[in-house]
Amino acid sequence: MALLEVKDLKVYYGVIQALKGISFHVDKGEIVALIGSNGAGKTTTLHTLSGLLQPRSGEILYNGKNITKVPGHKIVSMGMAQVPEGRRVFPDLTVAQNLRLGAYSRKDQAETEASFEYVYKRFPRLKERQNQAAGTLSGGEQQMLAMGRALMSHPDIILMDEPSMGLSPILVNEIFDIIREVHEDGTTVLLVEQNAKKALAIADRAYVLETGTISTEGKASDLLGDESIRKAYLGE
Amino acid sequence: MLSFLQYLISGLSLGSIYAIIALGYTMVYGIAKMLNFAHGDFIMIGSYVIFTVVTTLSGGSIPGLLVAIVCCTLIGVTTERIAYRPLRGAASPLAVLITAIGVSYFLENLALLVFGSDTKSFTPVVSWSGLVLADGKLRIQGVTIITIIVSIVILIALQTFVNKTREGQAMLAVAQDKGAATLMGINVNRTISITFAIGSALAAVAGALLCSAYPSLTPYTGAMPGIKAFVAAVLGGIGSIPGAMIGGLCLGIVEILSKTYISSQLSDAIVFGILIIVLLVRPTGILGKNIQEKV
Repeated sequence: MALLEVKDLKVYYGVIQALKGISFHVDKGEIVALIGSNGAGKTTTLHTLSGLLQPRSGEILYNGKNITKVPGHKIVSMGMAQVPEGRRVFPDLTVAQNLRLGAYSRKDQAETEASFEYVYKRFPRLKERQNQAAGTLSGGEQQMLAMGRALMSHPDIILMDEPSMGLSPILVNEIFDIIREVHEDGTTVLLVEQNAKKALAIADRAYVLETGTISTEGKASDLLGDESIRKAYLGE
Repeated sequence: MLSFLQYLISGLSLGSIYAIIALGYTMVYGIAKMLNFAHGDFIMIGSYVIFTVVTTLSGGSIPGLLVAIVCCTLIGVTTERIAYRPLRGAASPLAVLITAIGVSYFLENLALLVFGSDTKSFTPVVSWSGLVLADGKLRIQGVTIITIIVSIVILIALQTFVNKTREGQAMLAVAQDKGAATLMGINVNRTISITFAIGSALAAVAGALLCSAYPSLTPYTGAMPGIKAFVAAVLGGIGSIPGAMIGGLCLGIVEILSKTYISSQLSDAIVFGILIIVLLVRPTGILGKNIQEKV
């Protein structure tokens, strides 16, 4: 059984149809990439999964349970966290306060402290800057904070929306290394990226989203070798 | 010199009342991003509730205040639920602003219908007569002292709540990014309800203090202090809790001193004139943050 399964999902913004019935699944332990150009519906997909948007029709199954109608604030405690596009850290709060909010849905104080240790070990720079306002961090540090904040809920699956956006090539490599490490620690990853080459390099499987529909799917290594994919998304 | 001190203390007291009202305005603005123009009328409703309990039912001041706090909290939360929440996603932020003005008129006319238009004589909640200092040359009324103390206690309590508690942190998160707050598992609607509850409870306290200092009560009692407190909140930097306090105190002192030394007719003009000057120099208010975007 898939950890996350999406069936024929249709999402509208007013009269404009953003998702025209997409279906995909993520198995436990996988890294699945969702690639596509600007406006294809990648962020819409993640927002719908996290309950920030309500679909017109279709189903979202998580651990076999239908969560399509579950309100957004209840999703994270079910084990699905998101690192949103543009990081969206709370700029006026400190790094430590941001991380604590990441654990908002958890009741157990000891587990929260353990997560703090895990996140600070993974991102030593966040520990150095724990009392600094998040808005004063660099772009790369903010991305790390957004990832750390999502990990604070100790998720089973983490949805990442364009984690490499706006970062220097060195930082992009660093972020992708971290994604790999987080995955090795046992977290399933659904990765949305415009940087298709990087995404396909670390993913097990991938889906290509084109104006609201899934045009191609398959093993990431196969897609990396596919002529049309290389032309359209890898700039070759 | 002593008379100046006397006026300064009166100004601090009036300013403390403005500050308590402004705290309600600023919290609701900061978190729900809306101006609740009916906030001043919550004060009036609270005062009528106290009046009813104390004068009509002979129930005593403290029970009156407690009943008023409960009533105002319920009215605040209910108003948000039925009048403001459905408009939160509206295309224009003006929709909810106009609704707030409508709620304001509704409450004023409701009070007119229930209590009539005649001025009610309010029994002060504070019965302590106060202090007499400097051989009787300096008299400070009990309500003046209590008002200043209450406002300081409220400020400290709110700051502690917002910065140290889980719910307070959730409020700050909602204030900064509702979507990201939802991703953290924060129930945005519930957080906004709590904010309205706190702001409206403060309005009841402000009503008790206002009507104790100026004991005549009509359905329009809350309107002008409401607007002044809004000015105070903007002056201090809307959305900022210490800003509301500073703005309220500045406004109260300026109002009393200009009434005393310049002209009682011109005092409101001076108050609003200062607002205009401050906003020209510092558009975000005294403690308001400079808006900066990070790419």
